[in-house]
Amino acid sequence: MTTQMSSVNMTAPTAIPPAATSMSQKVDQIDPVKMATVMRRQRWQDFFFHKLTFTFAALVLVVLVGIIISLFLRAIPAMKEFGLPFIWTIEWDPVNDKFGGMIAIVGTLVTSIIALLIAFPVSFGIALFLTEICPNWLKRPLGTAIELLAGVPSIIYGMWGLFVFAPLFSQYVQPALAATLGKLPVIGVLFSGPMIGMGILAAGVILAIMIIPFISSVMRDVFEVVPPVLKESAYGLGCTKWEVVRKIVLPYTKIGVVGGVMLGLGRALGETMAITFVIGNSHHLSWSLFAAGNSIASTLANEFAEAETPLHTSSLFLLGLILFVITFIVLSAAKLMLLGLSRKEGAK
Amino acid sequence: MQIKRVVKTLIAAIGVAVTFGAAQAADITGAGATFPYPIYAKWAEAYKKATGNGLNYQSIGSGGGVKQIKAKTVDFGASDAPLKAEELDAEGLVQFPAIIGGVVPVVNLEGIAPGKLKMTGDVLAAIYMGKITKWNAPEIAAINPGVKLPAEDITVVHRSDGSGTTFLWTDYLAKVSPEFKTAVGSATAVKWPVGVGGKGNEGVASSVKQIRNSIGYVEYAYVKKNKMTHTLLKNADGQFAEPDDENFKSAAAGADWSKAPGMYLVLTNQPGKASWPITGASFIIMHKSQADAAKGKEVLKFFDWAFKNGGAMATELDYVAMPAPVVKLIDDGWKAKIKDASGKAIW
Repeated sequence: MTTQMSSVNMTAPTAIPPAATSMSQKVDQIDPVKMATVMRRQRWQDFFFHKLTFTFAALVLVVLVGIIISLFLRAIPAMKEFGLPFIWTIEWDPVNDKFGGMIAIVGTLVTSIIALLIAFPVSFGIALFLTEICPNWLKRPLGTAIELLAGVPSIIYGMWGLFVFAPLFSQYVQPALAATLGKLPVIGVLFSGPMIGMGILAAGVILAIMIIPFISSVMRDVFEVVPPVLKESAYGLGCTKWEVVRKIVLPYTKIGVVGGVMLGLGRALGETMAITFVIGNSHHLSWSLFAAGNSIASTLANEFAEAETPLHTSSLFLLGLILFVITFIVLSAAKLMLLGLSRKEGAK
Repeated sequence: MQIKRVVKTLIAAIGVAVTFGAAQAADITGAGATFPYPIYAKWAEAYKKATGNGLNYQSIGSGGGVKQIKAKTVDFGASDAPLKAEELDAEGLVQFPAIIGGVVPVVNLEGIAPGKLKMTGDVLAAIYMGKITKWNAPEIAAINPGVKLPAEDITVVHRSDGSGTTFLWTDYLAKVSPEFKTAVGSATAVKWPVGVGGKGNEGVASSVKQIRNSIGYVEYAYVKKNKMTHTLLKNADGQFAEPDDENFKSAAAGADWSKAPGMYLVLTNQPGKASWPITGASFIIMHKSQADAAKGKEVLKFFDWAFKNGGAMATELDYVAMPAPVVKLIDDGWKAKIKDASGKAIW
């Protein structure tokens, strides 16, 4: 110990020898045994802290892997019985134990796509307004208000959707759609059929409202990191606001925008309670968006507690596994895109 | 530092004691059918006032109730669809009926008052198979002379979860329509050819109230609670019956419980001038061998109390309490069949 201290003293500047000598005197007075105990305790605390935090991180990974494995194991009977055709079989017959995932998968994908189609332009507009056009005093309150939408529990959306939205939808929006888009030759079939308010389209619209805050906040963050010098140079050259957005901001941020969109999509795919209330819970596939349908999450929510036969339960697990795989792919793609963006910024 | 440590241990000790103490309260747990949920909830409230013991009942659907009692996560399961004797024996279960009620078709049609529209089993079966699609179809108009029916599509509402109410409904329709029996069948969850699904009796009730020109089926207590428009139904004797507890009683009157193996009896389409065709009993399922004899006895005490004192509450909600001779039969069954781990009867 003392030799280490003296080596420190040797590297000290010679201009202050008096201080050095007094320091070495103080050092000689510190008990080396006590110092050793203190250092040992600190080493042990470091080790303990390191291992504890590592355990917490590893625990999360273990839980994730455990979920995947248990889903897979429980889904094996259904996989053995139906095989790969399960994904495109249109069938859901609990009485005769015949199941196919197509209805639920299509319902999940279609409602999510509708939600994205509606939410993307709206979020884009919100993000654009907040970064480019909004006066400064309005930015914070408006941004907070939009993010509050993300805090509303999804079952409240479901209740609101069932009691408020669905009747209004069936009385005003659906007749309007049927009268206009319903008359067109090819896409008219999408807007045909009885107008009951509930259904795939209603579920898609409510999902859109739910994912708007997510997408718009990611877009806003991404728009804000565009270097001001780029935008100002464009303005200096005489570009209009819209030209700046289209030619400077969007190309710079397109990876982040796509990442945000995919995050919203990931949320939309897994949404359960809001959809179960309004999608109509009908195991039928129809070309019309007004028709009732089913999504993977709502099938699970409705039938899991009471599925009696082992094949029924196993088919539900298989649906859950499929949903997990779809969501995993979407979220991984989002993460990769966002990683690509930050790498690009680092390079800049 | 020392005091802090002492305080912490004290708080931990109190926490453990409280949870342990809470577990000692004689709360019995049950899960299952939504059909009898209103009356079980009422009985539980009164029982708690009378004896201080609580009942925790989760209405998750008959299928869920059967699953949970098989998994032994609850003290008793409740199901409107009785289990067959073979299944009872295979799982070591015993069942008994607790309450009788009726399943009623409800509609949402403008200008039609409750009890004005008449229906028959054939017409209902055809509607639920998607064969009749408009309200002003000739079959419906034929049984409802003078009633103005709109030329609109019928929106069919059914249950989206596994349900004993569905079992009773499909059992009746399968009895009156052989085509329905082959096309759809009768079970707690079936492949519905048409329609929109609602979760629980509550879900179907709210869907029918929301969607214009719709038809659904709910347990009668939900019709009264939500002030819905019910229809009349033609019974086995050819009369159009009203759903109310007198007519449920009339349907249950002819039932001979002593001859039913495992007390498996479905009361649909029973004879009787005023009998309601879709009457059914809701069953309680317990294990024959009770691991916790005290808990098992508490469950039997609750139902014994309900059979003796719950009649007035049942009539208020338009259910029918089990008649006295059947209660005697059930009591004998408890003595004979429900035993503790050592084989001694617990009742």
